[in-house]
Amino acid sequence: MDLSELYRDVIVDHNRNPRNFRPMPAADCHAEGFNPLCGDRLTLFVKLDGDRISDVSFQGSGCAISVASASLLTESVRGRTIPEAERLFATMHALLTRNDATVDVAALGKLGALSGVREFPARVKCASLCWHTLDAALHRQSEPVRTE
Amino acid sequence: MSAANVTPVSAPAPLDVVAIRREFPVLSTSVHGKPLCYLDNAASSQRPQRVIDAVSNYYETTHANVHRGVHLLSQQATDLFEGAREKLRRFVNARSTREVIFVRGTTEAINLVAQSYARPRLRSGDEILISWLEHHANIVPWQMVCEQTGARLRVIPMTRAGEVDFAAFKELLTDRTRLLALTHVSNALGTIVPVQRFIAEARRRSVPVLLDGAQAAPHLEVDVQALDCDFYCFSGHKMCGPTGIGVLYGRESLLAAMPPWQGGGDMILAVSFERTIYNDLPFKFEAGTPHIAGAIGLGAAVDYLQAIGLDRIADLEHDLLEYATARLAAVPGLEIVGTAPRKAAVVSFTMQGIHPHDLGTILDSEGVAIRTGHHCAMPVMEFYGVPATARASFAFYNTRAEIDRLVDALALAREVLG
Repeated sequence: MDLSELYRDVIVDHNRNPRNFRPMPAADCHAEGFNPLCGDRLTLFVKLDGDRISDVSFQGSGCAISVASASLLTESVRGRTIPEAERLFATMHALLTRNDATVDVAALGKLGALSGVREFPARVKCASLCWHTLDAALHRQSEPVRTE
Repeated sequence: MSAANVTPVSAPAPLDVVAIRREFPVLSTSVHGKPLCYLDNAASSQRPQRVIDAVSNYYETTHANVHRGVHLLSQQATDLFEGAREKLRRFVNARSTREVIFVRGTTEAINLVAQSYARPRLRSGDEILISWLEHHANIVPWQMVCEQTGARLRVIPMTRAGEVDFAAFKELLTDRTRLLALTHVSNALGTIVPVQRFIAEARRRSVPVLLDGAQAAPHLEVDVQALDCDFYCFSGHKMCGPTGIGVLYGRESLLAAMPPWQGGGDMILAVSFERTIYNDLPFKFEAGTPHIAGAIGLGAAVDYLQAIGLDRIADLEHDLLEYATARLAAVPGLEIVGTAPRKAAVVSFTMQGIHPHDLGTILDSEGVAIRTGHHCAMPVMEFYGVPATARASFAFYNTRAEIDRLVDALALAREVLG
């Protein structure tokens, strides 16, 4: 069991300094993700320009894996179209859950840092929570976002 | 001297922990290449060879269904099963084996009382009283009964130290209270609740009391007559016994008046399509073939615990608690959650800047097994404003050296995550 496979430098860095960690009052869609088993909780905000994700941010609390994963997600989906983001979700799902996955880790850039999570089955949900939350946000985009 | 020879003596000798550990096969195994350091006893304890042997010997030599056959094996299995019931009766000092119901565990015991005792009696306007410290198993069954009957669930607040607020309890105990369901020892924090004070108060108002003893039975001497409670629930797997077996102790006068909970074989005397005559206590509440091997294993477990002596177990665990509390309190950024003056050997804590789940993974990589999460006590977590804690819980077979390993692993976590 190699801890450094899980807590790679990129992950430790994004946990300590999460990117795009802010509310987004003018978001077009948002969704909440909650992992009741460990108490990870995050809200993901998306701003759309047509079907392109022009801005994405998150807030919440969770373990290093869930925070870093959400932070990496925001960096990697900004500027992508919704279908592109959904393809990336499928790729990440394969990366995190399938041992035989033929995912091109190098092509994933920083997201590839999450490939070590697969070896820690109890932590897979921590890494995938934000991706499921993004999926939910994109599918409820017609719902009005409440901005208090 | 092997632990098998340990017998209670008038002046208790210190326990030979090395000999005790030798009896637990799992304690000499490794995880991730490191010797197992098992500090998750509040979730489930480990079991000694003699309990494992009691279960496997039963299957190898004596198994048959109980209370049925006239053949020898059935008789022997029945003797072992009922012998185990007598051991459990002695363990909690019940008046009679009619008061000792075998169930799957604490959860099932509480559900049985909720559905068979509370549900037929409660009406709209009645109240059930629980405390803020409860495990979900002592919350949800009562919520279900409240939904079914229109009764109301009232919650006794807790204090910052993690105690049940006795003054608030006295205010909440009213003419509308029909039942007090209280934990004996908090699973999330380790608080030992001074249940006798609560029971005495409830008794003055003729309010029956159920105690959730899942965390108490492995660590304290339980005497249901001295406690004067009406129901006492506990689980085998937290006290060196098998999983899937536990006990509901119930006061006979209450059990006798309660309808059966589940119907089936063993709980009847006679069945026709017109009418069924229910069996006597305790069988009335044990429909179907019971967990015979589990009961026999649990009987062996209480024999084992009593041979060591619950008082000596409590002493040893208290020493571990004090040592762990002092060492953990000195870890930078560590905050102990739950600081009641009387605690079982449980230390719940948080580490500044490190989520409990990351702690759990990093400790595991060092062979140290602890529990992280909400410990099935989400209201307690909410009270402290934390999503989760890390929890180290000790048994008499743990050592100070293992606590040192826990502290070293926490330093590693700090190193990894900064």
